[in-house]
Amino acid sequence: MASVSVPGDAVRGGLLRRPRSTVGFWSWVTTVDHKRIGILYGVTAFLFFLVGGIEALFIRLQLAQPDGRILSPSTYNEFFTMHGLTMIFLVVMPLSAAFFNYLIPLMIGARDVAFPRLNAFSYWLFLFAGLFIYSSFALGGAPNGGWFGYAPLSTVEPGHNMLFYSTGLLMAGIASTVSAVNLAVTIINMRAPGMTMFRMPVFIWMALVVQFLLAFSLPIITVGLFEALFDRRFGTHFFDPAAGGDPVLWQHLFWLFGHPEVYILILPAMGIVSEILPVFARKPLFGYQFVVFSGIAIGFIGFGVWAHHMFATGLGPVANTAFGISTMIIAIPTGVKIFNWLGTIWRGDIRFTTPMLFALGFIAQFVVGGLSGVTHAVVPADYQQTDTYYIVAHFHYVLFAGAIFGLFGGMYYWWPKIFGRILNERVGKIQFWIMAVGANLTFGPMHILGLEGMPRRIQTYTPALGLGMWNLVATIGAFTIAVGVLIFIVNAVASFRRPKDAPADPWDARTLEWTIPSPPPPHNFDEIPVVHALDDFWHRKYAETEEGTLVPVPAGGSGTEPPAGSGHGSGHAIHMPSPSYYPAVAALGFPLIGYGVIFHWWMAVVGAVVVLAGLYGWALEPSAE
Amino acid sequence: METVQHVYESEHEATSTGLPNTKLAMWIFLASDCLLFGALITTYVLYRGSSLVGPYPKDVFDIPYTSVSSFVLLASSLTMVLALAAIQRGDLGRMRVWLLATAMLGMTFVGGQVYEFTTFYREGLKLSTNLFGTTFYVLTGFHGTHVAIGILMLLSLVAMSFTGKITQRESMTVELVGLYWHFVDIVWIVIFTVVYLIPTGK
Repeated sequence: MASVSVPGDAVRGGLLRRPRSTVGFWSWVTTVDHKRIGILYGVTAFLFFLVGGIEALFIRLQLAQPDGRILSPSTYNEFFTMHGLTMIFLVVMPLSAAFFNYLIPLMIGARDVAFPRLNAFSYWLFLFAGLFIYSSFALGGAPNGGWFGYAPLSTVEPGHNMLFYSTGLLMAGIASTVSAVNLAVTIINMRAPGMTMFRMPVFIWMALVVQFLLAFSLPIITVGLFEALFDRRFGTHFFDPAAGGDPVLWQHLFWLFGHPEVYILILPAMGIVSEILPVFARKPLFGYQFVVFSGIAIGFIGFGVWAHHMFATGLGPVANTAFGISTMIIAIPTGVKIFNWLGTIWRGDIRFTTPMLFALGFIAQFVVGGLSGVTHAVVPADYQQTDTYYIVAHFHYVLFAGAIFGLFGGMYYWWPKIFGRILNERVGKIQFWIMAVGANLTFGPMHILGLEGMPRRIQTYTPALGLGMWNLVATIGAFTIAVGVLIFIVNAVASFRRPKDAPADPWDARTLEWTIPSPPPPHNFDEIPVVHALDDFWHRKYAETEEGTLVPVPAGGSGTEPPAGSGHGSGHAIHMPSPSYYPAVAALGFPLIGYGVIFHWWMAVVGAVVVLAGLYGWALEPSAE
Repeated sequence: METVQHVYESEHEATSTGLPNTKLAMWIFLASDCLLFGALITTYVLYRGSSLVGPYPKDVFDIPYTSVSSFVLLASSLTMVLALAAIQRGDLGRMRVWLLATAMLGMTFVGGQVYEFTTFYREGLKLSTNLFGTTFYVLTGFHGTHVAIGILMLLSLVAMSFTGKITQRESMTVELVGLYWHFVDIVWIVIFTVVYLIPTGK
């Protein structure tokens, strides 16, 4: 543990002894190190990605041919609902959180996040929320009303299915809100000296926007979920037309969260791409301020477009027009970003590495999804497209061919930093091309299916509709994607069989995380860096001549790999927060409360006691000994 | 809320903005909580006067009674300020007195709310009676829960003050609980106005 001061004997006896080990299972349960929590988020999200992917494969098998008999209608409902819930709340959000957790402190020159134990709490609560929702399969049926859970269907049907939806998402929402507050404070308050807001990497800017989107949109869905839960469990009438309630209110609350959520899912990938492109084009990001401000603009306008999900609910021509226009307006800052990325690679010294391929794939495919998105903003066109496979095609181009590609690019790019090993480039490129072909084969034909009138969320269709051919193509595409994901798993496993030999800066990169060894020591930085410019690390390595050609700064400057053993003799110990059991304990109480709400009240009481015990143990325990 | 009280970064550490991490976190949390109450109040306003059956608000509300309990809650903001001023002077004893006073006023308010709910229930207004019952109990119940959590935090502060964790230099915890407490009070001003004072018509 390098120069981290290892605390001596236990000073005080709390409810639980202070964990001591730094290796093994319990060290992971009790860790408060943002890097380890980042890895936990990443591994968990990837496992959920496999589960959600298997659900998708079953859906595609069912739809491959007319009159499919693989999934019964009720199982089909559960699978498409859980596929959506999983991919959004248990894959893309936590996978982004993995990058946020791991990278934010490294990229802003901090030793950890603002509240390390709160960070651990967020992870455990997210994990338990995911397991809680999945436990519904064994406890009487999984959520089956769609990830959007439209009332009154979700509030009147018998069974516990949608109760797992509302309680599970409430838990995940608490985890995300806590994490959003924590990471926003980290970015605003814990930057290294000289790291002004406009010297922050674009990834950090996008992370900051996402945290505010989370903090301001999650409370709205929290209220919606509470109201749905109360309707279903306690006989209230929020969404009950028979008592004068309005089911459309649920849609307003849901999409007022749901549309900012779309940007919560895509902005992290945009941030990743904005880091990858300059490194492999060996040029600074074109129009840094434009990219930053367009990200902020997307954050603001993102709260003013929600009703474009509801054009067909009868809001009236005035509301539809207003939201149609605001939806077209939000395409502008998104377009600004696309052009800035193109400007970045324009005449660059491009290296087609795997991260670069994924970043370029992101741009190309995101543009397809973005353009079909603009067609939804045209209200009359949307009347034809809504609830068809055209919509499915659109958001999968944005969220799979966009966000997931960006996140895979991030994995290839930062893998050497995180694990000290470079993923095999040749295998990575094969994976990229297989996934790119698979994604377009799967989601491209869905545009045609949608325009031919195939509705979403149907379990099967008759041969007479003539939809079989393109559905078969989409299914073949889905299995092609699965092959790509398997190749990634092979690549990842194989990387762990090689020695940890990644240099500190394998890509000749620009940001602070590459100044420290791979993988970084627990305390990140031996000395907190002082930042003088945007892309500070790059300027330490290269200077520019009058003609604009790069010349390396002669060795001896700071930068490159720190000499071996530095930090051991730096003479002063670095105090890092100590591991703790309490975040996991406090989080463990929440699923108990959830089961209590659904089944028996005494479980909720036990859960509340566990939460309180965890919180009090936590409050009374010093953060570092 | 206990979670944000004791954290790795103490207020003495330099931060980029100069604001302590805990205080910034509390402000962001409260901003987020505004949206929570915003959505709840919106639901209430949207369904005002939409109940198909009684009892209606005018049948059950006792405005003078609720005005008094509202005054009690608002008065607790004053005692909270006095508690913070006391610890910033280093007067641990006075701080305990004012914190307990704040908690007592809060409990009086929550007690009054429990009494009010019971009365309304006896008069036939249940959670499931009509849209008024649905929206009224959930909105004011959410607020009451916030107050109850605040009371728990105040009492925890008093208990912690006997362990030497709260000192003149470490007064931030008191300040944070105070921020939360004032926020809950301010929200009540909005709820009281929207729910009780603006007449619905039926």
